[in-house]
Amino acid sequence: MNTSAKRALIPLGIFLALAALLFYGLQLDPRKIPSPLVDKPAPEFSLPDLKDPNQTLTRDILIGQVSLVNVWASWCPSCRQEHAELMRIAREHGVRVIGFNWKDTRPEALAMLQRYGDPYTVSLYDPDNQAGIDWGIYGAPETFIVDAEGIIRHKRVGPIDAQVWAEEIRPIVARYQGGKP
Amino acid sequence: MIRTQTQSLAAALMLAGALLTTAPAHAFTLEEFTFEDPARTQEFRDLTGELRCLVCQNESLAGSQAGVAQDLRKEIYRMMQEGRSRQEVIDFLVERYGDFVLYEPPLRPSTLILWFGPFLFVGFGAYLLARTLQRKKAEPEQDLSEAERARLQQLLAQTGDQHD
Repeated sequence: MNTSAKRALIPLGIFLALAALLFYGLQLDPRKIPSPLVDKPAPEFSLPDLKDPNQTLTRDILIGQVSLVNVWASWCPSCRQEHAELMRIAREHGVRVIGFNWKDTRPEALAMLQRYGDPYTVSLYDPDNQAGIDWGIYGAPETFIVDAEGIIRHKRVGPIDAQVWAEEIRPIVARYQGGKP
Repeated sequence: MIRTQTQSLAAALMLAGALLTTAPAHAFTLEEFTFEDPARTQEFRDLTGELRCLVCQNESLAGSQAGVAQDLRKEIYRMMQEGRSRQEVIDFLVERYGDFVLYEPPLRPSTLILWFGPFLFVGFGAYLLARTLQRKKAEPEQDLSEAERARLQQLLAQTGDQHD
């Protein structure tokens, strides 16, 4: 190839590089905001139990085993959409799923659990976004993977379905459950 | 025909009415947040105007009707009433929601390309342009061959004739 032909390839190369960059940009979801809390200890909280208002739940409940902390609300359609998958995960995979009932009312939240089943070992009740701000929650559903030491290892924004569970959540849960990938 | 026109006019008026009634809602959102010191009130308004709502993303915390934005406005108000500084409020939010709450990203290694990338692009373009121009100038003018010279003379003579 002579030099002028080579030189003609430079704009083509620049174009392809730009196209690749912009195409990559299109794949990114601007709604998914990386959490600054990943790899940091889960924030302290003191919230009532959804089912038992007299019971106060604190960060201590996260210690001891890997948990999924699932932010949900009865007003959130995507939460209903992922509900069946959470039921399956809790039943079949022995992962502890902790509910984080957010900006909801107790009667409506309890009605939803009654109607669709309750995948949660326990549900925190945060109607006023008191602890939610400390957790950096900005929508529902969101799911945090918290390891046995209470350190946040991952945050998923949006509903979990079978594919998300298999490809995104399960490998991380397994890594922190047994040290095996 | 007349009937359908009346119907569409009514629909248009209703739509316009709906738009008019929802628009001023923004103006009221900050009314409830006032401090004894007017400067502090202004500081609160500036601050919520500079921070981004995470749900709607293209609105500031001051302008957004989203539930989370309302909660954060209340939280910021509470912190400022406690006497916390502007920077403390910003740090509090960045610690929880990340740099995303800031419209202007901070200067750090991961954002260097964001801050200086455009200047690099412009610089590179200017360099290419300068080089091309330089090369054009440097190119020696090629002499005409004997045949071309004769043809040129002929053409010049012809045009000269026409003007006489």
